[in-house]
Amino acid sequence: MSARGAEEARKSKILAALEDQDTTVLMDDPLENEMVLNMGPQHPATHGVLRLLVRLDGETVLAAVPELGYLHRGYEKIAEASTYHEFIPHTDRLDYLSPISNNVAYVMAVEKLIGVDVPVRAQYIRVMVMEMSRIASHLVAVGSMAMDVGALTVLLWTFREREKILDIYDVLCGARFTTSYARIGGLQQDWDSRSSAMLERFLDEFARDLAEVENLLGTNRIFIDRCENVGYISREDAVALGLTGPILRAAGVPRDLRRDNPYLVYDKLDFRVITLTESDALARFYVRIAEMKESAKILRQALKALPDGPYRADEAKKVAPAKERIYTRMEELIQDFMIVNIGIDPPVGEIYQAVESSKGELGFYIVSDGTGHPWRMKIRTPSTNNLSALPLMLKGCMISDIVAVIGSVDPVMGEADK
Amino acid sequence: MNPAVVEKLAAQFPESIRGTSEFRGDLTVTVKKEDIARVGAFLKSEAEYAFDMIIDVLGVDMYRPQDRFEVVYILYSLAHKSYLRLKVLVDEQDLTVPTVTTVWPGANWTERETYDMFGIVFTGHPDLRRFYMPEEFEYYPLRKDFPTMGIPDSLPLPRR
Repeated sequence: MSARGAEEARKSKILAALEDQDTTVLMDDPLENEMVLNMGPQHPATHGVLRLLVRLDGETVLAAVPELGYLHRGYEKIAEASTYHEFIPHTDRLDYLSPISNNVAYVMAVEKLIGVDVPVRAQYIRVMVMEMSRIASHLVAVGSMAMDVGALTVLLWTFREREKILDIYDVLCGARFTTSYARIGGLQQDWDSRSSAMLERFLDEFARDLAEVENLLGTNRIFIDRCENVGYISREDAVALGLTGPILRAAGVPRDLRRDNPYLVYDKLDFRVITLTESDALARFYVRIAEMKESAKILRQALKALPDGPYRADEAKKVAPAKERIYTRMEELIQDFMIVNIGIDPPVGEIYQAVESSKGELGFYIVSDGTGHPWRMKIRTPSTNNLSALPLMLKGCMISDIVAVIGSVDPVMGEADK
Repeated sequence: MNPAVVEKLAAQFPESIRGTSEFRGDLTVTVKKEDIARVGAFLKSEAEYAFDMIIDVLGVDMYRPQDRFEVVYILYSLAHKSYLRLKVLVDEQDLTVPTVTTVWPGANWTERETYDMFGIVFTGHPDLRRFYMPEEFEYYPLRKDFPTMGIPDSLPLPRR
């Protein structure tokens, strides 16, 4: 038997053995072939159920296509079948890392539609809970991004800090995770002195603990090598694709709705909009770290300036009354029944209201036909648009960089898929 | 965005603009659907408007005999820090709208989502596929004639 014949026989023997075990094998040199790799939707580094189809040449990514919809629950359809009040708990499940900002963003959209003025105290409390949720969400983003590139310690440290914020939520509204704290025209419960004390203690410790995280990663050669110049997107592309939040600011665009289109009492507070120009995974990490410091600054100011007064508007036709009044008075019981079951009567029209959530612009577009249910509600979620940049960011990356880039985009599939 | 500027825009394109409206400070310009890309390109390039970001594209099923669907474009200007909405009306007999991905590449996924949810076809779109629903799904779930509880057996299980 010639040498060639022996080689052929060996190959067919291997093939037969592999087919026997129900596996496939590529006999050609993989480096000379393009390979299509399916990543997710059940991959631990894709932060949920993101599915990524990647075309590879060796270890270099030639093209990547994200596929969404594995967590699509049809919240926009559900909204059409529920009253404005009933939909509040569903907003918790959008960006589940910062549920309170979704609650507030949603009720602000409804308030704009029906025309309610929210008391100043409630606005300050809303600012505080939204900044707390921004810190909580950025902590997960930083920790999980570090974990994706191999640094597990940071995840434990950031989750320790996040836990303290969830404890404050627990005291504030009785839930750590699915808060449903905001109400149309106000809040579920008032801010109390216990929450203030807990928040002050958290802020005292937070600066030191955040500095630890920053030092651990910022001076870590492996982390910097893994993140620097990875996942680059140009300023022009970032604007053209409609990216928002830390990704856009890391690309050098100083867009922050808290300053550009101020809502609540953000125009009375002093904070900086953080921008960097490197626009890589490392820059996004630093933007998030700096934003957490700014959020802590806002929290201190808001806590100091928190005025006395009512925490929900007193408008019988639009705002549900406080719980203790529902239980003790006939009129309020009827009022609550009408608002929950029949709904508020908004004018006919359509509005769009957006806030700067931790991931970027979170907006609600509501079309009202004058009944208690929205005729159509579109949720503009930042994660969806931010994920649409993945094909550009991943082009030319190494396969091991994919997880670092996804971590730096910080998508939450709950809101990307709605 | 100043309402006067929108009036000026309407004067600029008398053929293309079907009307403007304001509600709670939000400005909406209704555009003839054939001209949406042309008006969009003008709004993007003119320094007076400079709407360089597309925030969202969405569909609305108004469920009426004439012009049943609406497609709404939410634009943002980084320079002027302001929003503007464009709206086109789509009749059920002709479910096509020219794409605006040529003007704003960011409309790619949002137009796909609108196609997925309402069946509105964006002509000239580079990659018009289903967005959330599987490719073999036959219905358009956000249409008003699709029941909230779903249609039994409309999502086939994968074949073994």
